Amino acid sequence: MEIQEKKNKNKEYKPILEGIPDWPVYKLSQNRKEFVEEVAQKAFERVKELRTSTKQLIEELEATVYREQQRMKRNRWRVDPEDEPQFWSKVKEDLHSLANKPEEEQEQLANEILKRIVSRYADEIAGNFKPSRYRLTREVIKFWFARLLNGARVKKFGAFWRNQYTLRDKIHIVGKVKQLRRLARKGTVVMVPTHFSNLDSILIGWVIHSLGLPAFIYGAGLNLFNMKIFAYFMNSLGAYKVDRRKKNMPYLETLKLYSTLALQKGAHSLFFPGGTRSRSGMIEKQLKLGLLSSTVEAQRDAYMRAKPGEDVRKIFIVPVTLNYHFVLEAPDLIEEYLSSKGQDRYIPEQDRYGSWQLLQFMFKFFTKGSSISVSIGKGLDIMGNYVDDEGNSIDEHGRPIDTRDYFITNGQLSVDRQREDQYTRMLSQKIVSEYHRINRVFASHLVAFVAFTMWQKKHPKLDLFGLLRLPEEDLALPYEEFRDNCKRVRKQIYRMKIENKVNIASHLKGDIDEVIKLGLYNVGIFHLKRPLLRNRDGNIITRDLNVLYYYHNRLVGYELDKFIGQ
Amino acid sequence: MNSINLSDNKPIGVIGAGNFGSAVANLLAKQRPVLLYARDGEVVKRINKTRDNRGHIIDKNVTAINDLAQIADACDVIFPIIPSSHFRSVIRKLSPHLHPYHILIHGTKGFDITLPKHSSIEEIDKLNRHQVKTMSEVIREESAVVRVGCLAGPNLSKELAAQHPSATVIASPFNEVIELGMKLLRNDYFQVYGNSDLTGVELAGVLKNVIAIASGALSGLGYGENARGLLISRGVVEMIYLGRALGGKPKAFLGVAGIGDLVTTCNSSLSRNFQVGHKLAQGKTLQDILAETDEVAEGINTVRIAKKCADYYQVKAPITNALYRVLFEKLTVQQALQYLMRYPLNVDIDFLDN
Repeated sequence: MEIQEKKNKNKEYKPILEGIPDWPVYKLSQNRKEFVEEVAQKAFERVKELRTSTKQLIEELEATVYREQQRMKRNRWRVDPEDEPQFWSKVKEDLHSLANKPEEEQEQLANEILKRIVSRYADEIAGNFKPSRYRLTREVIKFWFARLLNGARVKKFGAFWRNQYTLRDKIHIVGKVKQLRRLARKGTVVMVPTHFSNLDSILIGWVIHSLGLPAFIYGAGLNLFNMKIFAYFMNSLGAYKVDRRKKNMPYLETLKLYSTLALQKGAHSLFFPGGTRSRSGMIEKQLKLGLLSSTVEAQRDAYMRAKPGEDVRKIFIVPVTLNYHFVLEAPDLIEEYLSSKGQDRYIPEQDRYGSWQLLQFMFKFFTKGSSISVSIGKGLDIMGNYVDDEGNSIDEHGRPIDTRDYFITNGQLSVDRQREDQYTRMLSQKIVSEYHRINRVFASHLVAFVAFTMWQKKHPKLDLFGLLRLPEEDLALPYEEFRDNCKRVRKQIYRMKIENKVNIASHLKGDIDEVIKLGLYNVGIFHLKRPLLRNRDGNIITRDLNVLYYYHNRLVGYELDKFIGQ
Repeated sequence: MNSINLSDNKPIGVIGAGNFGSAVANLLAKQRPVLLYARDGEVVKRINKTRDNRGHIIDKNVTAINDLAQIADACDVIFPIIPSSHFRSVIRKLSPHLHPYHILIHGTKGFDITLPKHSSIEEIDKLNRHQVKTMSEVIREESAVVRVGCLAGPNLSKELAAQHPSATVIASPFNEVIELGMKLLRNDYFQVYGNSDLTGVELAGVLKNVIAIASGALSGLGYGENARGLLISRGVVEMIYLGRALGGKPKAFLGVAGIGDLVTTCNSSLSRNFQVGHKLAQGKTLQDILAETDEVAEGINTVRIAKKCADYYQVKAPITNALYRVLFEKLTVQQALQYLMRYPLNVDIDFLDN
């Protein structure tokens, strides 16, 4: 069943910058050595600022060495450099020898050790963008996607080599595309998408390219670099490495400064501010503040370094939601979520998906329906104010605001980290509410939400875990009742759409029976056990209540359950 | 950390020339020139000419003015001290002149409510947090200012004017706002504490007015210290329950702005809210009382709003409920007291466990 999008805005966009040499990410990689040194120097200063006395610094360094040695003992990866153990045992040795030195010498040596560590980290984090590889990667991806699409869909001899279909037919980009392109020319764009699936990074990479934007830099988990082929692509696409095993302070500060300085140099960036994939299927409510704070810091720094009257390059935050009918990892994700939430009350079943399933999915994705839509939100300044197409910040009453004023006390620009932490928190709240606003409701989200909530209301005495333990065979909803509830909830969604609190896919409109049919067909379409279907009698049943719960969660947070009767 | 330069002679703004507004203007005038806004042109003239306002002798460092735009242009730091019923409209008028570099610290202990069009508070049974806002939330909604704080604590204007030892809390999520407030207000007889739970401190300041009315009522009935002790300790518990439901943390209620302010107002016949309770106990109706006073007792409105919030969030609030029935449903104070003494709730404290 094909999903018809009423307005197909999926035209091709021209690149906003002609040649790769103009791209900020390229310029960054051209001066990689200087840049890494700068990051290391700034990280050094920052750690010194946070650990003012030599004693504190030495303690921090000792903690760092200890943690690193523990990590190497427990959890070493292929991608870890071979000289790692030597490096850290040398650091440990040098730290030991500090003990009997005079204080002045201690300080000097501790500084030297810190410098050594942050330099190593900075070099490890830095990406390595190469235009030739970028072009190659882009072509390879485009080529194979085209083969997949055409070979699978056009059932004629030779279809494999045609270019009748492109990804653009599968992935719908809606929202403030034009503004995004303008903002990317005016200032530095930080794209902050929701994160539901491992496919997200690939998808966003494609979106950025197809909107004609230059490559964005983004932090990719170091674990992805374990596979050589992945490492090759990631490096060429402008990724820098984020090692989630390393939680020590010098590492985290170096990472944040890498992002801050890259932003200052005008490199468009991509963060998944939720940190990891949403386990529950809900839209992120809590964001990780670390990387977000680098946007506030970079903006303030840009104001401070500007000469009087000079134009300052602004940083624009662009929230993005990715809307799927189907998330490949849903069964695993929801299992992780439930077992962490219920501790021992929930006994996970064994049911794993391997790479064969991934291939199957890819094939099905390209042959059957199930489109994906990407909503681009309105651009924000680093305080969460909307910006107009020229990049001017506008307050809620339509009055222009000078973003610089947020950093002024007593007529002076000033650095105040506590203040900026609060600003970061405010920005994160704004991003979360934007996610809910631009989220596009699909028919599949509607049916999943209504069905699960109906079952919940039919068993008012059971808590979530009790409900999920009910045998699926016993659950059936009369179609008429289900249909009425769908109608009521859809009506409320329409109302909220008018109030600008949520967005809807155009396929959600029209005859309710058709919408339900579409929803049932698409919800979790490729799972082995379908979360929702109609049985022979026409009633609504489920084969996997956990996964249904996952898809239902997409619409949690809109207070829609009030519109569902018993 | 930047330091605030006190030698800087930029004036500080105070909006509202009521009792508390005048007292705060005088406190600030010890450090900096002050611009004091009064709505009434006559009051402005009188203050500038005679230095007298509502029995306060206004410091010569204070200049009264009648122009909001001028305050916003001349001052980076402004203290709005306006009754809650006018708060939103005044901030709205001020808002076009405000910028993100402004710092606003308000001293108003009341709620703001937004009701659906064509409905009045009498018609609405329950109120939730989308409808009920604290003053700092009003500032955030109506203006581009983000660095907001509030002033709360046992600050009876007459005692401040007489320079009796006293203390206040400056609450704000921003350390710089707290530090600034301390530098501007602190002196030998006025101590200033900081708290980062802005919502909690605001709620404590607002909700204590309910208990203050009850305390006035007890004294009006001629009861003594046992009764007051009972009221204050149960009052704190009730404030914490309600405060938690409305988004404050319990700690804020245990400090100067909570218990400190509560004990003060409950013992003070100077306080307007106390006066209201006292008159109720003498058998006067709400209409009589409103006709007698010229300044607003925030507590009356607070009782009404707090009761409807308690209903929405299903919080046990027996004192608030009883007062609500006295004020708006013709229950007598005696009957209300009987109701409270029979109330089946006998766990002393259960909010410190988690």
